[in-house]
Order: sequence, then C-alpha cells, then structure tokens
Amino acid sequence: MPKAKILDLNDFSEQRKQQASIICSSLFFQRGKKKILSNISITIPKTGISVIMGPNGAGKSVLLRTIIGLLKPDSGHVILNPEFAGKTALVFQRPVLIRRTVYGNLHHALGIAGVPRRQRKSRIEELIAIGGLAGLENHPARSLSGGEQQRLQMVRTLSSNPKLILLDEPSASLDPQSTHAIEEIIKSTSDKNVKLVLVTHDIGQAKRLADDVTFIHKGKILEQNSSPDYFNSPSTPEVKSYLEGDLLV
Amino acid sequence: MNTLTEAFLQSFQLMITLDETLVEVVLLSLSVTFKAVSLACLIGLPLGTALAVLKFPGQKTLVVLFNSFMGLPPVVVGLVVYLILSANGPLGPLGLLYTPTAMIIAQTILVTPIIVAHSRQIIVLLAEEYDETLRSMQASRMDIMGTLLWDSRFSLFTTVLAGLGRAFSEVGAVMIVGGNINHFTRIMTTAIALQTSRGDLALALGLGIILLVLTISINALAYGLKTTWEKHSYA
Amino acid sequence: MTRILARWVGLVFLLLGTPAHSSDEYILLQSTTSTQNSGLYEFLLPHFEDVYGVKVKVVAVGTGQALYNGSRCNGDIVIVHSPADEREFVKAGYGIDPHNLMYNRFVIVGPSSDPAGIGKIETLQEAFVKLSKGLAPFISRGDDSGTHKKELSLWAKYEISPTGDWYYEVGSGMGATLNITVGLEGYTITDLGTWLSFANKSNHVILYENGSEMFNQYGIIMVNPDHCPNVNSEPAREFLNWMVSPMGQQLIAQYKIDGKQLFYPNASPKMYK
Ligand SMILES: Nc1ncnc2c1ncn2[C@@H]1O[C@H](COP(=O)(O)OP(=O)(O)O)[C@@H](O)[C@H]1O
Ligand SMILES: [Mg+2]
Repeated sequence: MPKAKILDLNDFSEQRKQQASIICSSLFFQRGKKKILSNISITIPKTGISVIMGPNGAGKSVLLRTIIGLLKPDSGHVILNPEFAGKTALVFQRPVLIRRTVYGNLHHALGIAGVPRRQRKSRIEELIAIGGLAGLENHPARSLSGGEQQRLQMVRTLSSNPKLILLDEPSASLDPQSTHAIEEIIKSTSDKNVKLVLVTHDIGQAKRLADDVTFIHKGKILEQNSSPDYFNSPSTPEVKSYLEGDLLV
Repeated sequence: MNTLTEAFLQSFQLMITLDETLVEVVLLSLSVTFKAVSLACLIGLPLGTALAVLKFPGQKTLVVLFNSFMGLPPVVVGLVVYLILSANGPLGPLGLLYTPTAMIIAQTILVTPIIVAHSRQIIVLLAEEYDETLRSMQASRMDIMGTLLWDSRFSLFTTVLAGLGRAFSEVGAVMIVGGNINHFTRIMTTAIALQTSRGDLALALGLGIILLVLTISINALAYGLKTTWEKHSYA
Repeated sequence: MTRILARWVGLVFLLLGTPAHSSDEYILLQSTTSTQNSGLYEFLLPHFEDVYGVKVKVVAVGTGQALYNGSRCNGDIVIVHSPADEREFVKAGYGIDPHNLMYNRFVIVGPSSDPAGIGKIETLQEAFVKLSKGLAPFISRGDDSGTHKKELSLWAKYEISPTGDWYYEVGSGMGATLNITVGLEGYTITDLGTWLSFANKSNHVILYENGSEMFNQYGIIMVNPDHCPNVNSEPAREFLNWMVSPMGQQLIAQYKIDGKQLFYPNASPKMYK
C-alpha cells in the first residue's frame, strides 16, 4: 500500500496531536471538471467510533481511500497518528474476496499479515467465530450470501490486528439481520480499543454506534459534532433536512 | 494402397507393437518438451506476472517485445542457440551442442514468450479486480504477485498447454541444435523430417499421426486433471 | 525470499541437467545426408563400435553445413562429397588427414514417361540440352550443396544458362528435392545412394547414369585438433583409420539395397599441393 504521508504532528497543537487519529489538512481531489473533495480539513478523534455521513456521491468513499493511501490527493495532506502507522485497514463497500474458500481467504490474509504458518489455524478459528461463519470454512468465498461475504471481509480485515479500521458502508444493501451481525462485530471490535471510522447513511446505525459524526456534502465538510449534539441540534439546514429524511439534491 | 491408408496402418502397427525405436523417440520428445515448458513456466510466469503488476520504465516496450517474440521463427532461434553453444562460441566449453539440453534450451526460448504474453494478459484482468483489496491489506509486491498467480492457476492452464503444443510440434530449432542424432537427440518431429527426406512418406505420416494422438492425449489428460483439481480446491 | 530464489535456481538446473554426455566415449561425425539417408551408417557403425568401444554420433546435414560445423569445432570428423570444398577446408587449417573414402555416381532421374526424351541419349551434354528445352520441369537443389555445385558445373560446361519457367531452384536438401521432383513430374540430378534408398519414387526412374562426368567422390577428414582443442582426436583417428582400412572398405562394398551396391570403396590419402 502506498504509505499515507505521515507528517510530524508538531505543526499542530499538543492537545490536537494527542487526541487525533487522523488529521486531514486541506484535501483537494478533482477528476476532470468535477471537484470531488474540496478543501477537506478535519481532525478525527483518537478513540471511539467516528461516523461519516452524507448523501450518495458526497465523496465519502473517495475520502476513505485518500486517508488510507489508495488515492493521492491533488493537494493537502493526510496525517496519521504514528501510533496507527502500518496498522490501518479498510473494509470496502463491495467486498472483493479472493477466489478461494472462506478458510483460504483468511489463511491468505494472515499470510500477508506475516502470521507464521503454525499459528494461522487457531487464528482462523477465532476469526470464524467472530464472524459467525462456522460451518462455512470450506465454502467458496464467492458463493456466500451478501451478509456472509461482508462478515468475512470484516474478519479478514481483523487478521492483521489493525488499530484503525475504516469501514465504507459495510451494511448498505444488507437485511436487518445481517446488519445486526455486522454491528455486533463493529461494537466488539471497538470494545477492544480499535479506532473505527464508519461511513454510513443509515441514520439509525449512526445513532446506535457513533461517538462523533461528520457530515459531508458535495465534497465539503458541513458539520462535525459529538453524536448527541449532531442528532439533537444540527447546525446547518442541510443536516437538518437530511436527518428529517428529506432528499438532499 | 494409398499413402494415407498405409500411414494409418503403419502408425497403428508401431503403436500396438510398442516399437522400441518409437518408444525411445517418444520418451525423449516428452522429456524435452516437458522440461522446456517447465523451464519456460519457471521463467515466464513470474515475468508475465511482473509485467502485469509492476509499472516501470520500459514495461510497455517489454510487453510489445514478448508479444512479438511469440512469433519467433524456430530456425532463427536454433541458429542463435547453435552459435552460442558452438564449441568456439561463448558457451562452447560446456559441450552442450547436440545434446538434449541444447534442445531444451532452444525450446525454452521459443515457449517462454508464449507463457509471458498469455499469463500477463490473464493476470492483468485479475490484478485489476484484486488491486485495491490487496493494497489495503498492505501486501508486498511479492505477496501480490503470488496471490495473482495462484488465483489464476486454472486460467493459466491453457497457457501452459499452448506452450506444450508449440514445443512438442517444433522441428526447426531442435534439428539444428540437437542434430537429430539416432538414439540420442532424435525426437518425434525430427524423425518425421528424416523419414520425409528419405521419401518414406507413409512412415513419416504414421509418426505424424502418433504425434497427434500423443498431443490429444496430453491435452485430454491435462483437461481431466484441471477439472478434478478445480473441483477439489474450489478457486 | 532468498530461499524461494535458491529453490527456483535449483529447479532450473535440475531441468537443464539431463545427463548431457553418457559415460561411454563417443565421437561426433558431421556427415552429408546421402550417406545417412542411405542407411549406410546403421549398417557400418555397429561393426566399429563393437570392436573399439567408441560410439559414433552422426549429425547429417548438407556438405556445406557439415564443413561449416567442422570449422566451428562442432564435430570430430567429417564425411562429405565436394572435393573442391574439402580442399579449402584443409587448406584453411580446419581439417587434417583428408582421404578419399568411396565413390558412386550422380544420376538423372525423371518420370518413366520421359517427356524430355533423355532415356535413350548417349552423352550427358545431349541430355542437358534436351532438359533445357523446358518440356518438363527441372528441379535444382539450389542450396550450394555438393550435388548443386555438380549440377551448376555441368550447365556451365555445356554453356547452357538454366533459366525459364521450367527451372525450379528449391533451396532444399536432396530428399525434399526428390519429393518435389516426384510431385511435379520433373527431372533432377541426385547421388545414387540417396536415390536407391528413397522410398517415394512413384513413377520416377533413373534415366541417365553413364559417364565419368557423373562421378561422385566421398571424402573423410579429421577436424584439426590444433584448430579445435576440444575434439576427441584419438578415437576420431581410430575411426578414420578403420574406415580406410581393408575391413572398413570391405564393409562399405557389402552394403546393398535391393541387391544394388550403393558405394564403391576407393580409399587413398589425398595430397594437396
Ligand atoms: N477515481 C474516480 N475518478 C473519477 N471520479 C470519481 C472517482 N471516484 C469517485 N468519483 C466520483 O466522485 C464522486 C464521489 O464518489 P464517492 O466518494 O464514491 O461517493 P460516496 O460519498 O457515495 O461514497 C462521485 O460523483 C463519483 O462518481
Ligand atoms: Mg461510497
């Protein structure tokens, strides 16, 4: 993975440094005439679950890809707290499982994470249990249902023991049961002191999981707030109408 | 009796009686071909994968070159290998000219571009699909190439078969570097060439039929193996 | 990573490392194709190999190629049939100890219907004049081989320039040329050994075979160990000596196809001034 640029945090105040997991400073990303990210500056807290919301096409996925280094911004920097360096992972909106069994996918991921061969079997058993995938070990990963595939992707992400996981709408297009299973994994992971950044446009999910919420619209940050404040007293008309279920266009 | 009927009868007779000379020639053909194709895979698969995955200056040029080298005229390859292995050539002291090893080298050179070009094309497609996932897992380049190679293995089967086909039926290069020495470097194709020049067209054609039968058998066997393997190790 | 690389390199050598040379001693004979195609070696060589315990590996190519291979030290001994080229080979220091080995003759073959009408002709000159009338195709080797050179020298001698749509230069070995000749119902000139052992004669027959002009001399030459230190000169010399010995010569005379003798021994050292 191209390394996210880890800048010295000395440019920022002591307090911000200690509290931040990620600092984005003036990110611009443009393709053709379309400004996909325009001047995104944001500090994401070091702990808890940070939720990013916004309508389709707001630039959420592009932002996550930029943070983890899959995309390079035209200008601006992503600054990663050194504590998280090399310990990041991304859960994609649409999982790309490799053409192997469930077991094979996890074995492969553990291999890449550098887990010695001897230890992989027991780790795989743990991960299978977390993902609730028992009995599916020898099934082709791509023959699983949507929910199972997403759970497999989540536990595959865990195989490298990341300290910071970015999740891109992991339960979009899943039924309530699968969504519940995903949320349980998210909570248990967060309980183990793993920093999570969750993109969702499921308002209920955000309410259930978020410690803080950032709202993006048309590539700009409109609001960043603690969860209760965000839901109870939104400060911009866009967020207000979004929360009320109006269509933002 | 016309030549064609006679050819069928001859080939049938040679196969049924397991003619000693025929067996020897067939075994050498198979051994040279399999070794050359194995070598070509050993070189060509990593190279094809690297060309699919890595971006470096000259990469596109290399792709074009390997695509073109698929059409290398065997006789030219034979001549170049001959000159290199020639007693007073750069590798002369190894004494490899007119040995099976020389034939393996020539065929490896002929087959490697096929493996490189085909495998690159197959792997590029999968690389596109796996790219972000593997990068987000912080996979090293070796990891990425290994994953792509392994997960393409069933598609790559056809590539290997194409290589086998080329090596098994090739005559121009092995004739020059092997010398078609009886009991030593004579293989199916050079034996066919020899019988043709002796005017024994029926025997030449008979050997040709056997060559075809072998080719079909190898392909059928490979296909069977592939299907079983695929079933047992879902990919 | 290094372990993978080591394994990889190991495998490469394993695959290349066929036993290149069997432990038995052998010499490499660079030979013209006619002697090989005629089956002479299969008859002759076992006699030598049994007595001397030395294998003879035969690479059969055109005379020109055989001499070239010898000059590049890819062979221990050569048997060819182009006296002028042999002389040059020795003069250039590539070969030593040249000997006449045996002879037969060149013949003109053509369809038994003989459209050019050379079957009843007395002199070779007349035959060539008839061929140049273009009543049937004439197939020329066109490959600078001994046979090709012989053919060209005859056209030149009779002051005929062989051009026209009846004259095919095919650039191929004797066997391929004969296959083409049969296919085109044409004429060609060939050495007798190749013709007698050629199986695809169809309706073609020998139409002219007389005269001293059609003489075809085979020579045997050792590759010069001073020029090529790698050659196996001791057994090569044994082989040469055996071939020109009464034993070898007698065996050559004994080799027959369908009761017809193919080669006539006439061993003698060649002296070049
Ligand atoms: N690599 C890219 N090149 C060009 N346009 C892109 C690229 N990635 C995303 N976009 C565009 O940027 C906008 C934001 O996309 P995205 O971040 O996926 O939205 P969302 O907030 O729904 O995740 C969309 O209009 C999308 O078409
Ligand atoms: Mg998205």
